[in-house]
Amino acid sequence: MNTRGMKGLLASAAVAVLAWTAPAGAAVELRMMWYSDGNEGEVVRDLLNRFEQQNPDIKIIVDNVAYKAILESLPVQLAAGQGPDIARVTDLGGLSKYYLDLTPYLMDPEYWRASFGPYLQWYRQSGDTKGIYGIQNQLTMTGPFINKTLFDQAGVAIPGAKATWDDWATATVAVAKKLNIPYPIAMDRSGHRFAGTAISMGAKFLNEKGEPAVVDEGFKAMASRIKKWHDDGTMGKELWGGVSGSAYRGANEEFANAQVVMYMSGSWQISQFAKQIGDAFDWVAVPQPCGPAACTGMPGGAGTVALKQTKHPKEVAKVMEYLASEPVITEFSARTLILPAHLGVVKKGVDFKTDLRLAKDALSVFTGHISNLSPVASALQGYPYNRVIFNAVISRLGQAVVGELTLDDAYARITQDIEAQMAEQQRNKK
Amino acid sequence: MKRSAGDGELRGNRAEGLLRLPWEVAMRALEYPMRGVQRLIGQGRMPYVFVLPNLLIFGTFVVVPLFINFYYSVTGGTALFPEDRPFVGADQYGYLLDCENHLSPFTCREDRFWRGVYNTIFFVTFQVVAMVGLSLLTAVILNRRIVARGFFRSVFFYPVLLSPVVVALIWKWILQRDGVLNAVITAFGGDRVLFLAEPQWAMFWIIFVSTWAHMGFYTLILLAGLQSIPADLYEAAEMDGTSRWRTFRRITMPLLWPTMLVVLVLALIKSVQTFDEVFVLTGGGPGTATQLIVHYIYETAFATQVHNFGLAAAASILLGTVLFILTMIQMRLGSRGERR
Repeated sequence: MNTRGMKGLLASAAVAVLAWTAPAGAAVELRMMWYSDGNEGEVVRDLLNRFEQQNPDIKIIVDNVAYKAILESLPVQLAAGQGPDIARVTDLGGLSKYYLDLTPYLMDPEYWRASFGPYLQWYRQSGDTKGIYGIQNQLTMTGPFINKTLFDQAGVAIPGAKATWDDWATATVAVAKKLNIPYPIAMDRSGHRFAGTAISMGAKFLNEKGEPAVVDEGFKAMASRIKKWHDDGTMGKELWGGVSGSAYRGANEEFANAQVVMYMSGSWQISQFAKQIGDAFDWVAVPQPCGPAACTGMPGGAGTVALKQTKHPKEVAKVMEYLASEPVITEFSARTLILPAHLGVVKKGVDFKTDLRLAKDALSVFTGHISNLSPVASALQGYPYNRVIFNAVISRLGQAVVGELTLDDAYARITQDIEAQMAEQQRNKK
Repeated sequence: MKRSAGDGELRGNRAEGLLRLPWEVAMRALEYPMRGVQRLIGQGRMPYVFVLPNLLIFGTFVVVPLFINFYYSVTGGTALFPEDRPFVGADQYGYLLDCENHLSPFTCREDRFWRGVYNTIFFVTFQVVAMVGLSLLTAVILNRRIVARGFFRSVFFYPVLLSPVVVALIWKWILQRDGVLNAVITAFGGDRVLFLAEPQWAMFWIIFVSTWAHMGFYTLILLAGLQSIPADLYEAAEMDGTSRWRTFRRITMPLLWPTMLVVLVLALIKSVQTFDEVFVLTGGGPGTATQLIVHYIYETAFATQVHNFGLAAAASILLGTVLFILTMIQMRLGSRGERR
């Protein structure tokens, strides 16, 4: 190598070393903890790639984790002052003390109030009425799906719009008997799923002061049906009785394998069913079964929140503003087949990116459920410790279903569990 | 050119010398400071210097956390950092132990803890007996001159190499409603059995699966114990015309007893700590039929919205105390056995 070549090589090496080590101008690195029910992870990564192109000074690392990690690991990380800068969460109120109030960093806080108004309260601690902590970028609604093909094959009429839970139980059992299907009804093992059905029966869950008062006649009406359905085979014991404590268990696999006539779950399954079932059979979202008080499901959803231990609040706010913008929300909803919560986007409507008629129909049915939502369900979803209630309910009813507890004992234990947990919560040093 | 056998030997010696070099350098480097230490503290105290690194690791990762855990057990609230947690004295222990009748979990204030206790007692009793019994039987068989002995030794040890989660998932696929076992049963005209949704079946299968998964490890230890028994004792017994059963009782068992004791203590501790296989296989269900005490501790500390670290810590201290007592009893019985 001649002298010029050697000099050139050395110069290039020096530039490379400087570029690698130079701290000035280096991009701020943000971490985002994310879980997915369907393709949300890849869609958000794609959207963030575009953001990074427009903002080369910010780099976002998306840590894709299991949903269980969001429920169990993230709270411990946050309590230890660790964790990501941004996270996708579902325990919206329960983690509120760890959220960063974005208001001082936002260019236009009014846009957020106008776009996410009713949902901003779900992220606030009691007494707080102003803070802006996260984007409700997914609205979910619990509700039932049926395997319509099975109804057609069995020649059983599908119950109508105002059909009760008992009507649905009779119809699904008839289908299952005729076609030898193992599960007439399956309901996710989740207190949240049960809550909507119990509210339809008249359950209130919270008293006038907004404190837990779970066991009432409406609650008992639904709980006793669940017990009876497990005893007579309308519901399979593997799901509710299959695990202990507050563990979640879904029946999406069984539904996709045509082993379930009616599956009580929620709108977040649509994307997965579109991919997994496609048009192998007619999976149809049907109106909420009714009780004497309402025909309602439970609202819910996931939010993307900024976390206050971040060292880069300005950059976090910039990412959040991008993710909350109307075009991004619209694209996210359209590509992931999830219901938007952004009021402007809801008003304009979303052209969901699917050619599957079944998915489009299901999305439209679940959008309709939102307008029939019971105020009791909204209030329960907004209660910051609703998971204390949901966990106690599912854990004790699970025991009743397998015969470990009588229903009366289960009711007493539900009340006791909730009281004990709330008392422990109140023990915290002021 | 002709190569002599000595050339190869020479190369081998050189390679060995090269490999040994770093080791010798390291030893020489340590020699001088260690001589200094020995001069300073005397030869009698040198063993403490050698166990010190291990002791530090043990202290940092076992003893210190134990004290922290005890501190958590006398505090309340949901805060993670000890300084943020209010002192509540023995409240958590009182809550756990508050029962009308300790023999009936449902009369207890924290019934799930007691369900966990009784499930664990049942599980440990049957699992340890099955584990030690089957391991001993397998070790005795594998110690004899049988065909393909090496192959069978590998077969029995193979499950130990698998992750407990993998073990549980494999068995879940076999045992679930549409699993392999039910496919076989229905193929022969039988009815499906809900192996994981019926309480008695679920308990049987968690005992079976955990025994299957860990038996190879204990078999290996017992096999090593059996092989250390001098062969001339058996030859003498054979010459005396002693029956096989008597040989087993009078020679094998007494000489294997120290190894058996190790196996018993290890199996007992491991059995009480069982979590991952059961968590994946049955999730503690149906109801709480297979919820073991460790599962209860996990659930109380991490799976609820209000993380009750204090109650979970108190439960783990109680569990640790019981384990300690059981181990002491076993050691005492073991030393008596050895004396005899």
